[in-house]
Amino acid sequence: MTVAPSKPTRITNRIRVLRFGHDEMTQAQLAEHIGVTRQTVIAIEQGRYSPSLEVAFQIAQVFGVPLDEVFQYPDGSTGQ
Amino acid sequence: MSYEEKGVWTQLLSFAGAYIAYLAIVVPRLSHTPAAHVSYIAPLVVTTVASLFIAMLVRSALEVARPSDSSKADVRDRDIARFGEHASRWCVVGGAIGGIIGADAHWDYFWIANVIWLGFVLWAVVGSVVRLVAYHRGL
Repeated sequence: MTVAPSKPTRITNRIRVLRFGHDEMTQAQLAEHIGVTRQTVIAIEQGRYSPSLEVAFQIAQVFGVPLDEVFQYPDGSTGQ
Repeated sequence: MSYEEKGVWTQLLSFAGAYIAYLAIVVPRLSHTPAAHVSYIAPLVVTTVASLFIAMLVRSALEVARPSDSSKADVRDRDIARFGEHASRWCVVGGAIGGIIGADAHWDYFWIANVIWLGFVLWAVVGSVVRLVAYHRGL
């Protein structure tokens, strides 16, 4: 399951699913792990903010999965 | 609402309020005094300094009423701040150009100063609005 982007980015993510798969980790706990505010985690989850590559890797590390298991980009979107 | 977003709201309301108060003091003076003799520096300084104090008080009160998780700006706050700065800097440039044009046209100091000041006010207001839109609609 992926979270559909509600706008300005076409990047989708599975952060919500991964959080629930990790002992129902809260947004606040994830925010603390990666050093951002809870509001930023919410914005990333809802597709309202594309995180920097560094933050994206930090999120993937928290869940112990490769980056592309957290974030996806639709095929055929290059150059659009 | 994050600590930084509360700060943006506070800045927007305090700057806009200060400018409205400034206009409410100065504009009536124009009806009975030539612009060249209208005293505007004192109202400008007083309303601006007052707005800064009020902004600090409001922000403190907001934190007491609805405490933020953290008072540190994070990467998204900084990105949004840059975005707002980028979008609003033209207001300052516009004010400066307006001031130069006014000086060249021999406007009264009153009008030159007020055009420049309007540029600063618009910079603060537009920058805050752009940041708030970015917080809510995404960046």
